[in-house]
Amino acid sequence: MKVRNLLILIIAVLAAYGMLLAVAELPPYGMPDNPIHNSVSERYINEALEETGALNMVTSIVLDYRAYDTMFETIVLFTAALAVVITLKTSAREGKG
Amino acid sequence: MRDFILKQVASIILPFVCIYGFYVILHGAVSPGGSFAGGIIVGLSFIAFSTVYGIEKCRAKLPEKALVWTESFGTLWYGIMGMAGIIKGAPFLANKLAGIDVGVPGKLISGGLISFIGIGVGIRVASTIITLFFTMMEEEL
Repeated sequence: MKVRNLLILIIAVLAAYGMLLAVAELPPYGMPDNPIHNSVSERYINEALEETGALNMVTSIVLDYRAYDTMFETIVLFTAALAVVITLKTSAREGKG
Repeated sequence: MRDFILKQVASIILPFVCIYGFYVILHGAVSPGGSFAGGIIVGLSFIAFSTVYGIEKCRAKLPEKALVWTESFGTLWYGIMGMAGIIKGAPFLANKLAGIDVGVPGKLISGGLISFIGIGVGIRVASTIITLFFTMMEEEL
C-alpha cells in the first residue's frame, strides 16, 4: 500500500510539472500581438453589424456565424430532457400504459 | 410554506417575470440577453408558480401535451428556418447570403433569421427546463 501511494505521488508531481511547463509557454495575457487576436475576431468586430443586422454581437455569432453549433446545442438539450423523462417518468408507464 | 403573503406576492410578480422573459427573447438581436437567457427566465417563472401554488395548478395551466409539442417543434423549427437558405440556393442556415433582408440594426425586427430562430430556441429552452422540473418533482421513489 505504501509503495502504491508513493508511486501515485510521483506520477501526480510529474503530471503537474508537465502542465506547469505548458502554462509557462503561454503568451502574456491581454497583449495585442497574441495569436488569439487573428482575422476571425477582427472580422466579427468590424463586419458583424453589417453582415447580420444584429446589434448584439454575441447573438450574431451564436445564431448566425455559428448557427450549426447552436443547432446541435439545442439537440443536446432535447436529448438531455428526453433521457431524464425516460429514466424518471413512472406515472405514464403505470397509468396510460 | 404556502401561506397567504407568498401567494399574493407571487401573483403580482410572476406575470411580469414571464413577460420580461418574452421581452428578452424577442430583443435577442438588439439588447444583451438572447434566446437562451430569455427561455430560462420564462421557464423559471412557471417553476416559481408551481413551487408557490403547487404542481397541480401549474399542470392545469400548462398541459403536458403543450410541453411535449413545444419541446419537439422548437428543435424542428431551427431546421425549418435553416431550409430557407437551401430554398434560395445558399448554404444551410445562411442568413444574408440567402438574400434575406437583415433590416435596420436596432429595430425589433432586425437580423433576418436571427429573430425567428431565437423565438424557437427560447420557447424550446423554457419547455425543457419546465419538463425537467416537473419530471424530477413527480418522481416516485
